Amino acid sequence: MTSRAENDFRPDGEVFDVERIRALFPILAQRPGGQPLVYLDNAATTQKPLPVLNTLSRYYANENANIHRGVYGLSQRATDAYEGARAKMARFLNAAEPAEVVFTRNATEGINLVAQTFGRQRVTADDEVVISAMEHHSNIVPWQLLCEEKGAQLRVVPISDSGELMLDELASMLGPRTKLVSIVHMSNSLGTINPVRRVVELAHAQGVPVLLDGSQAAYHMPVDVQALECDFYVVTGHKLYGPTGIGALYGRRSWLEAMPPYQGGGDMISSVTFERTTYNEVPHKFEAGTPHIAGVVGLGAAVDFIESVGFSAIVEHERQLLAYATTALEAVPGLRLIGTAPEKASILSFVLDGVHAHDVGTVVDTQGVAIRTGHHCTQPVMERFNVPATARASLAMYNTTTEIDQLVTALATVREVFG
Amino acid sequence: MSDLRDLYQEVILDHNRNPRNFGPLEDAGLRADGHNPLCGDKLSIAVNVVDGVVTDLRFEGSGCAISKASASLMTESIKGRTLDEARKLFDRFHQLVTDRSAPPDEELGKLAVFAGVRDYPARVKCAILAWHTLRAAVDDNQDVVSTE
Repeated sequence: MTSRAENDFRPDGEVFDVERIRALFPILAQRPGGQPLVYLDNAATTQKPLPVLNTLSRYYANENANIHRGVYGLSQRATDAYEGARAKMARFLNAAEPAEVVFTRNATEGINLVAQTFGRQRVTADDEVVISAMEHHSNIVPWQLLCEEKGAQLRVVPISDSGELMLDELASMLGPRTKLVSIVHMSNSLGTINPVRRVVELAHAQGVPVLLDGSQAAYHMPVDVQALECDFYVVTGHKLYGPTGIGALYGRRSWLEAMPPYQGGGDMISSVTFERTTYNEVPHKFEAGTPHIAGVVGLGAAVDFIESVGFSAIVEHERQLLAYATTALEAVPGLRLIGTAPEKASILSFVLDGVHAHDVGTVVDTQGVAIRTGHHCTQPVMERFNVPATARASLAMYNTTTEIDQLVTALATVREVFG
Repeated sequence: MSDLRDLYQEVILDHNRNPRNFGPLEDAGLRADGHNPLCGDKLSIAVNVVDGVVTDLRFEGSGCAISKASASLMTESIKGRTLDEARKLFDRFHQLVTDRSAPPDEELGKLAVFAGVRDYPARVKCAILAWHTLRAAVDDNQDVVSTE
């Protein structure tokens, strides 16, 4: 440890040391009700490591000023930190240039931005927007609003019983009226990893641009927007081990240039008179007002942290953990996994015979285990699988097989209570 | 486990397994649907009122143990009462599940088993859903009740 740089968390040799990672997350040391906290709600939000917490604190202590305005040194440093984080995010997603990264509040805002600019500009009556049956509400409602306003149609690609996207159905829906395909990269309620490269190929063959919702994928696997050839990609900082209230939208420069502004205000203009306003260049055109500067800087630290640990180690650790957890949960009497696609990651949605998910959640919470219960903002998925709700354990790089054992023990307590 | 038994009392588990007054009520005069979108609890309440007295009420739907047992015990407590009494009981029940400093209330009878809910704020809406739905039914409010 002593010979390492402060921000170097790469595994030693081939061995991923989960305890060394855990030590970086202060919240994991909590003992609710005297038991270790088993945090398995990572698909909702991940915990924050010291490098992110320290960066936030350092930013406010040493660098805080407004950006893109001041001639004084402090403002320049704040601007450098902010734009530096943009460059980090561009590298993280392998965007062609930092200008293709627009900072947003979260993935939801990224999708709404595209719907309200690209969508309102290009979608007209009788056009179609294609989504899938496994979308989060954030990738359904913005398109419903747009379609309602324009008299357009929302088409929904169905999913199979194991939770896989039905690609043939997708292909058959694409046509001259299709203006956009907006699909989740990895499902938050099923764990399915969609064949998004293939989705882009199919859509582009018909001249249809593609937005990918990377809220879940981006912290579980490397994302390369140039290799995917997608047109838009949205992420949210708080799932990337970063702060809440900050996210990013990747957009191809050609689209961003062609799109009208999202919100009006300071920083998104180059000149304003009462007669005429000219807009700033991309990406600033889409960032009206003082942004969440500290959040952006913290997000930069978060992607640095992820890259420092390295996706090869993260993917392998989480793959082993998912396999372990899948076997362990399948052995629980009366438990049924929802979402069993061959290509999946880090999500275990399940129902327990005769016990409502909400009761499962309450009982395991008393055993120190935090899981999500409910519809996970994917009500159509619940309907598709004909369940009112599921319990969901979702994994991150700091989870351990011991924690999975604790979940299984807690599920035995559920049985004790409910019989 | 002891904390859990405060919430999941035997009476609640029993009413969850074998809900009373569960099923359709043909020719009901009043109906309402209730929904907890966050948990996926859904229930319908059907009521007959004659001369201001609840002569019959039944419920249908799916939900967690707390919401189902609450609906079941509610139907038992309300049947035979006047609407005025039912409204008063609603207020007492509401206080029971939300107010940690509420003194024991003998008027609640069996419903007192839900006192443990007040220590689980996320579950209050499960316990109260049936009551809100009943109120909507007798106030002839046709909109779906949502506790969100």
